Amino acid sequence: MTTSPVADDAPAEIPAFPQPRAAACPFDPSPELRGLAKWGPLTRVRSWSDSTPWVVTGHAEQKTLLSDPRLSADFSHPGFPSPVPHTGGKREATDLSFVGMDDPEHARLRRMVSGAFTIKRVEAMRPVVREMVDDFLTRMLAGPNPADLVQALALPLPSLVISELLGVPYEDHAFFQTNSKVLVSAVATPEERAAAHTNLYEYLDQLVGEKLAGPGDDLLSGLGRQITAGELTRREAAAMGVLLLLGGHETTANMITMGTLLLLQHPEQLARVREADDPKVIVSAVEELLRYLSVVHLGRRRTALEDIEIAGRTIRAGEGVILLGELANRDPAVFPDPDRLDIGRDARHHQAFGVGTHHCLGQPLARMELQVVYPALFRRVPTLRLATDLADIPFKYDAVIYGVYELPVTW
Amino acid sequence: MKITVDEAKCCGAGQCVLIAPEVFDQREEDGIVLLLDAEPADAHHAAVHEAATVCPAAAIRLNETA
Ligand code: HEM
Ligand code: HEM
Ligand code: SF4
Repeated sequence: MTTSPVADDAPAEIPAFPQPRAAACPFDPSPELRGLAKWGPLTRVRSWSDSTPWVVTGHAEQKTLLSDPRLSADFSHPGFPSPVPHTGGKREATDLSFVGMDDPEHARLRRMVSGAFTIKRVEAMRPVVREMVDDFLTRMLAGPNPADLVQALALPLPSLVISELLGVPYEDHAFFQTNSKVLVSAVATPEERAAAHTNLYEYLDQLVGEKLAGPGDDLLSGLGRQITAGELTRREAAAMGVLLLLGGHETTANMITMGTLLLLQHPEQLARVREADDPKVIVSAVEELLRYLSVVHLGRRRTALEDIEIAGRTIRAGEGVILLGELANRDPAVFPDPDRLDIGRDARHHQAFGVGTHHCLGQPLARMELQVVYPALFRRVPTLRLATDLADIPFKYDAVIYGVYELPVTW
Repeated sequence: MKITVDEAKCCGAGQCVLIAPEVFDQREEDGIVLLLDAEPADAHHAAVHEAATVCPAAAIRLNETA
């Protein structure tokens, strides 16, 4: 063990990050990324901006660090290891509310909306989500065969669910789906991302204004009441609206398509999901799919506010830290034979929703949607199969949230 | 066994409620953990252990000797 910056077990040359996945293994982290683990639970990489942040590969170290208040999630910190180039400077252009803040500010804002995501509130929505899934499937089956599962089910479902919860008119879905997609794209220019952010922000700001004038019982109306009570500014409310609308979209949508695609490669496990009488089988399968797929890939991003000693290394104050959940979720010390998909294993310790104070706010909702959607899909469409070769599926190698652009299916 | 919860750390994930509903609940207004039973019967100990390890915020502490 040593705390010198270049330890014996450091690579001679700092490897570039990130590296594309291997075309033959679209469900696995890239071989280069996995190779980083051989340098220990912590090593340095060279990012697109030529900075050399730390990457953390181990499950235990990620859990420790993400629970450490000395790591900041503030996007505007100079040492922040941003996954994408950004226009810089202007805080407003990237304001995503509490996901980019530290406690106590983070907790103040998060706790204004967290009551909408309790287990009880989410359970109460389950029958409604079942009906929504049935409607989308009825429409898909009545339409052209083959169909694109992304457009028929995976994107509209989470979009409709989060719209109803927030009180956003679903008729506007083309507008907010398009802008969300640009925001999580790694190939969009900083200007395009900033424009998409402004579009969403202005849209939410106008909606908050409407809720102030005529409140309903949705989440945005609740924020309106907080504004009236003087506890929240209109800017804070609109930025929170953008975060929630966005957070509910691409993440869940990509889990629906990637989970379906992965189960189609494992017909025996798919059959167990289709035929399960016991809801525990589905709950467990969803956790394993979350672990295995880790769609929010390429790392939680943080900056060290103070020197932090971990695993025999010192992260210096001001240095960037990238915590790779997709590697934590394949850590053999926690998940035996981690590259094997096994819907029967206990995968609950996965980090697909992050860890610590920024642990996904929407996770009870996302879990419930996934628990409803997979069995419903395979039961209603028992002959479901790919309408193309796996090799021809366009994967989102270029996006912050991993998945597929299209999933042509037939039945 | 004696359980303490750290409300400041809790991120309202509700994992504890799913695993040990007799012992944990969530506040209506913000989903923060509510401890229903700080010294649960033996029958609940395994579930409480599981909840403490799964809690993403490490907000549940157990004192085994108490
Ligand atoms: C399967 C689907 C989902 C996955 C895999 C996922 C994943 C994540 C992850 C990994 C984080 C941690 C970010 C960090 O540590 O920096 C996060 C945060 C967050 N997610 Fe999700 N998410 C999903 C669905 C949702 C949904 C449906 C919502 C809807 C409201 C949502 C809203 C949020 C919010 C608001 C945060 C920020 C929490 C905070 O900073 O306190 N997510 N999500
Ligand atoms: C889940 C783990 C996530 C991490 C670690 C993460 C982190 C980041 C970071 C670091 C940026 C770059 C900000 C900058 O330098 O300008 C960013 C951009 C963005 N993230 Fe995430 N994010 C995560 C998930 C999410 C989620 C769940 C959402 C939505 C809730 C989201 C929405 C965005 C958006 C919209 C941007 C673009 C901001 C911009 O550059 O205009 N991200 N994210
Ligand atoms: S599991 Fe942990 S974070 Fe979640 S509600 Fe329970 S105590 Fe809070």
